[in-house]
Amino acid sequence: MWAFINKLRSPKWFYAISARLQPWFWAAALILIVIGSVWGLAFAPADYQQGNSFRIIYVHVPAAFLAQSIFVSMAIAGVVFMVWKIKIADMAAAMMAPLGAAMTFIALFSGAVWGVPTWGTWWMWDARLTSMLILLFLYLGVIALRGAFTSRDSASRAASVLAMVGVINIPIIKYSVDWWYTLHQPASFTITGRAAMPLEMWAPLLIMVLGFYCFFIALTLMRTRSEILRRESNKRWVRDLAGGER
Amino acid sequence: MTGTEGSVSKEVPVVFHGEPGGGLAVAFWATLKRDLVLLLRRRSEVMNPLVFFAIVITLFPIGISPDPQLLTAIAPGLLWVAALLAALLSLDSLFRADYDDGSLEQLLLTPQPLAVLALAKVAVHWLLTGLPLALMAPLLGVMLALPAGSYGVLAVSLALGSASLSLIGAIGAALTVGLSRGGVLLSLLVLPLYIPVLIFGAGAVQAAIFGDGVMAHLAILGALLALALILAPLAIAASLRISING
Repeated sequence: MWAFINKLRSPKWFYAISARLQPWFWAAALILIVIGSVWGLAFAPADYQQGNSFRIIYVHVPAAFLAQSIFVSMAIAGVVFMVWKIKIADMAAAMMAPLGAAMTFIALFSGAVWGVPTWGTWWMWDARLTSMLILLFLYLGVIALRGAFTSRDSASRAASVLAMVGVINIPIIKYSVDWWYTLHQPASFTITGRAAMPLEMWAPLLIMVLGFYCFFIALTLMRTRSEILRRESNKRWVRDLAGGER
Repeated sequence: MTGTEGSVSKEVPVVFHGEPGGGLAVAFWATLKRDLVLLLRRRSEVMNPLVFFAIVITLFPIGISPDPQLLTAIAPGLLWVAALLAALLSLDSLFRADYDDGSLEQLLLTPQPLAVLALAKVAVHWLLTGLPLALMAPLLGVMLALPAGSYGVLAVSLALGSASLSLIGAIGAALTVGLSRGGVLLSLLVLPLYIPVLIFGAGAVQAAIFGDGVMAHLAILGALLALALILAPLAIAASLRISING
C-alpha cells in the first residue's frame, strides 16, 4: 500500500504505467458500449407501458451513475492530494470535473427528452431531476473556483476543499430534496417502480454502465497524461520524451 | 494602507488576559468582541442586508400580484429566499477587511486553533445579519399576508437556519477572500449548499400555515446546524489557510 502511494508521487512512473493501461480501458469501453447500445437499442424488448421511449435509459442511467461517481472520485482525489500531497491525484481531479459536469448534463438532458413522451413535459420538478440539477451546479462551482485562482497550488487545494464539502452535502441535499418532493407533490411516477426489470432489459443496461465506467477511466488516464506533460514540461524526462519523439 | 477605515480597525485593542498564549475561551471572546465592535462602528454595513431584504420582498407583490391569497401561498418561500440572499450579500465582507489589513494573518499565527477563532467571526456575522433578519421577517410577513399563527415559526426557523447559512457561507467566503472579484463566485459556490436549509426552513413555515407539526422541520434545522457547527469551522480554517498562503 505505502509502496504504491509512494510510487504515485512520481508523475514519470504514472505516465509510463498509464500508457500500458490506457489501451485496455479504451478497448473495453468501445466493445462494451457498442454491444450495450446495439443490444439495448435494437434487441431488448420494448416496455409494455412506455414503448420504445424507455430505451433512453441506456444512456440516461449510465450517465447518472457516472455523474455521481465522478464527484465522489473527485473528492477522494482531493483528500489524497491534501493528505499525501500527491500531485497526480489533483491532476486527475482537475481532469475529471468537466467530464462529470458533462455527464450530469447528459443525464439531465436525456431525462428531459424522456420526459416528453412519458410525462408530456420537458421538465418536472421531480426529486431526482432536481438533485441532479443541484449536482450540476456543484460541478460548475468546483470548476469555476479552480479557474479563479492564479496560483495553481491554491487552486488545487481550494478545489479539493470544495469537492470535500460538496461530497458531504450531496447525501444531505439528496434526502432533503426527496423530502421536499414528497411534501409538495404526489409521486406521479418513480423510476424505482421499474426496478423489477426483466433480464433482457437489464443486462444491456449493466453492460452500458460498465462501458461508461471504462470510458471514464480511459479518458481520465488520457487527460491526466497530457496534464502531466503540461505541468511537468520543464522537467528533464519530459524534455527527453519530447526530444525523442521529434 | 492609506484608507482611514484600515487605520481605524488597527486601533482596536485586542487584549489577552493572563499569559501570552491565552486560553481558548479568552481568544474566542476577544475575537468575538473585536468583530462586534468593528461592525457596530460601521452601522450602514449592518443595515444594508436588512434594507435589501425589505426591498426584495416589496418587489414580489409588485412583480407578481397584490392578491393576498396568492401572496399567502408563496410567502414562506419568498421570505426564506429573500432572507437567504440578504445573508449571502453580506458574506463577501466577512473576512475581506481582515484580509486586506493583515489581521487575518495574525489570526492564523495565534497559538489557538484557527477553527475556533473563525467560529467567533461567523458567530458575529450571525448576530448582526441572521438574527436581525429573523426578527424582521415577521414584519415583512404581515405585508405578505402570512397567516397569524406562523410568525413565531418564521422567526425561529430563520434564526436557526441562518446560523447554518452563516457557517456554510463562511466556507465559501474563506475560499474566495483572496480573489479580487470573488463576489459572484461566492454565490455560485454557496447557493447549491444552501438548498437543504431552504427546504426545511420554508417547509417549517408552510407546515405552520397548514397547521401541521413544525417540530420535525425545526428539529432537522437544528440537526443541520449541529452538523455545520462541527464540520464547517474545520473547512473554514483550511480554506483561510489556502487563501492566505496562496
